Amino acid sequence: MGLFKKRTGVLPGFGLSLGFTMTYISILVILPLSMIFINSATAPWEKIWQTISEPRVLASYKLSVGASLMAAAINVIFGVLIAWVLVRYRFPGKRIIDGLVDLPFALPTAIAGIALTTLYTENGWVGQFLSFKVAFTSLGITVALMFIGLPFVVRTVQPVLQNVDKEVEEASASLGANRLQTFIKVVFPELMPAALTGFALAFARSLGEYGSVVFIAGNMPMKTEITPLLIMTKLEQYDYAGATAIAAVMLVFSFFMLLVINLLQWWTNRKFI
Amino acid sequence: MSGHVPLPYSSPQIQKSSKEAEPRWVRYLLITLAVGFLGLFLVLPLLAIFIKAFEKGSTVFFEAISSPDAIAAIKLTLIVAVIAVPLNAIFGIAAAWAITKFNFKGKSLLITIIDLPFAISPVIAGLVFVLLFSSHGLFGPWLQAHDIKIIFAVPGIVIATLLITLPFVARELIPLMQTQGTADEEASMTLGASGWKTFWLVTLPNMKWGLLYGVILCTARTIGEFGAVSVVSGHIRGMTNTMPLHIEILYNEYQFSAAFAVASLMSLFAIITLIVKNIIEWKANKSMAPVEGEA
Amino acid sequence: MSIQINNISKSFGSFQALEHINLDIQTGELVALLGPSGSGKTSLLRIIAGLEEASQGVILFGDEDITLLSAKERKVGFVFQHYALFRHMTVFDNIAYGLKVRPRKNRPSKGEIKEKVNELLKLVKLEAFANRYPSHLSGGQRQRVALARALAVEPKVLLLDEPFGALDAKVRKDLRRWLRRLHDDYQITSIFVTHDQEEALDVADRIVVMNEGKIEQIGTPEEVYEQPNSPFVYHFLGNVNLFKGRLHNGKLQHGEFEVDAPEFAETINTEAVGYARPHDISIKREYRQDYATAKVNYIHQIGAVVQVELIRKDTGDYLEAELTKEYFRSLDLKTGEEVYVKPKQLKVFIPEDYSI
Repeated sequence: MGLFKKRTGVLPGFGLSLGFTMTYISILVILPLSMIFINSATAPWEKIWQTISEPRVLASYKLSVGASLMAAAINVIFGVLIAWVLVRYRFPGKRIIDGLVDLPFALPTAIAGIALTTLYTENGWVGQFLSFKVAFTSLGITVALMFIGLPFVVRTVQPVLQNVDKEVEEASASLGANRLQTFIKVVFPELMPAALTGFALAFARSLGEYGSVVFIAGNMPMKTEITPLLIMTKLEQYDYAGATAIAAVMLVFSFFMLLVINLLQWWTNRKFI
Repeated sequence: MSGHVPLPYSSPQIQKSSKEAEPRWVRYLLITLAVGFLGLFLVLPLLAIFIKAFEKGSTVFFEAISSPDAIAAIKLTLIVAVIAVPLNAIFGIAAAWAITKFNFKGKSLLITIIDLPFAISPVIAGLVFVLLFSSHGLFGPWLQAHDIKIIFAVPGIVIATLLITLPFVARELIPLMQTQGTADEEASMTLGASGWKTFWLVTLPNMKWGLLYGVILCTARTIGEFGAVSVVSGHIRGMTNTMPLHIEILYNEYQFSAAFAVASLMSLFAIITLIVKNIIEWKANKSMAPVEGEA
Repeated sequence: MSIQINNISKSFGSFQALEHINLDIQTGELVALLGPSGSGKTSLLRIIAGLEEASQGVILFGDEDITLLSAKERKVGFVFQHYALFRHMTVFDNIAYGLKVRPRKNRPSKGEIKEKVNELLKLVKLEAFANRYPSHLSGGQRQRVALARALAVEPKVLLLDEPFGALDAKVRKDLRRWLRRLHDDYQITSIFVTHDQEEALDVADRIVVMNEGKIEQIGTPEEVYEQPNSPFVYHFLGNVNLFKGRLHNGKLQHGEFEVDAPEFAETINTEAVGYARPHDISIKREYRQDYATAKVNYIHQIGAVVQVELIRKDTGDYLEAELTKEYFRSLDLKTGEEVYVKPKQLKVFIPEDYSI
């Protein structure tokens, strides 16, 4: 026990806390997730490949990735704008608006789904004013993903913006730059890592999003069927192997995104200090 | 990732109107754009929920939220929350204690694993437990032999929820306790307190705002979880439907007002969550005044 | 309670924080561990407290080997650099903490605890602050609470980790004098860590000068200041002027002058360096044969002494001299003037024997 303490520290409870932690995540995270890969590993490769490269499945990848990218991109633009406005300006109702940004975090996804659908159908409050269809198209999916992903960008950029050294902007102004130049050349580069991180977070979350999308999507195969729904469909048909195969593809991509996000966050912190 | 919002500790920096600030009209334009965007994409849906809930009048509203199926759904949602949140809170505390008060190899790997549930689609989170516990699953035969039902029953919903909301409390506590360091606990030890006493009297009070914050976020997500629960629940009316699933059924049956009625209840809770969240942020900022020596 | 530190070493991977530390501390002594950052002084203190484990070696409290005992079992009082006050407890509860967490059978009654805490509050002159929270106290007040808290459990050993490091200069001076008086009254064996030589010289019974994990010198404040045994100790404990020269048969030859160095009577023709304190530099207006010529570069009056910065005419080296006000007035020096300087006494070290 003396040797063990030497390596870890003098406070008590290491064994108990670490043991409990490891047991908990083994049962809940490691074992269940590895099922995806174990099951895929035991199935014949040709079958797996067949499943994950079906036209319908490929269409769902395209749709999920495409809509997520679009939603994340729009969110970056407006997210940075909103972060800027919240950090730099004073206006009535600001505190409420600031709190509201977290709504997508707090609101159940299914409720967001039905609310957005109602708004954007052809007779909906917003849909009626638009000459193009939103609900039941990929545009509708993008709208839902924008709702989900917005707080990621805002909340990632906000703290970075708050820590931007005002003196640097003042120096830029004193050297003759106008406001826009200062923003583009001085402020935005500092925000870039955080903005990118927010983008990646919103994108990653959107890829796997289910509840808010299934209502507004229409779920037509090859057209408005997102990948998570496809997994659900396969499950309902008891095609476990198929569902698992597609899930494996999604998981690999998720892990990759996790890696990218960690790297981006590391980069953000480095630039900070 | 999905829903992780660390407690913000920095203070706002409002722009003074000085020569190097943007011209007034630019500011007004930006504010209008921002508020407009938020209004269209966030406020409008929220309003729609409440207005649609009462569209057919308050009688329909109250019938919707007091129907037997609705009540069963509410009960089930609460049961799941009452089980899942405390369990994940205890996990969060244990993980944070191990990670922030000790040195050991593999810490980053552990933190990454704890983050995993944030990174995966909820549908997959449900799928993995189907692969484990359904009748065709890994433990299927054993469970059937002992007449235990997990998938398509309440335990399955609880377990899937546990996975989805696992990181919330841990991710709030870890950075908080890392900042606080080990000095307080060391002081307590030198004064003769045992490990448990140190934890109760020193560590727990120090982490209380982070813990509360994490619990609030965890609860909100637990109650609202849809995708994972959808996979494992079996959608059995009156028995394995949580509130979000119940809403889905109502909506798919074109009972829009009823769906929105139940949805409005959950939305109310979401708004309360936001308010409580803000209060905790405010209180945490106040109590984070440093007690260390100043320069 | 005497403390014996036998052959303590500590390494972190390939980094050696402490190397073969041997130290004996008498009961009731107030000892300073003095050194720059990285010298290992804080590691040593924490090892004595049981907050870190040594890689090697043994520690005795009195006759008892306590090396394997935990911090809780050692019953030492520890005052942290940043106080580590429990922010959610009042001053009273902080001080009472050590008494309240005792197991039932050893715990004093509520009344006894109250009495003891009030006694300590009086001692640290914070009676009016009993119900305040640490965030409402000044740095100096927090430090006094931390001290009272450590004393409440009546430890046999008191350990302080840079206790005044985070405070203003004036508060620092007042508090360390007060700590000295407290120690005189209570006679607890105490060890404190500091990087401030003035603090160590002012307060300690004995000073342990440490550098890079080793002990350089142990002695009373006078001993380490007047008779440093290495260039490092010399440098660390005050300002210093250097005179490089050649040692031959007990004399150091340096440019125009020659100084006696009797301890090196046997040495033949070796390069050496002579060290002189500012107050040992003699300045004269009249030419002397064995004095060096120098120009007055800067005059600096600080309270009751005058610091004179000079540049040697022959070597271009800077010298720092310290004169009393009266002597300075008698010389009536002005910047730019030429004067004659020589060290009154030199401590000589041979560079190969040391690497700074």
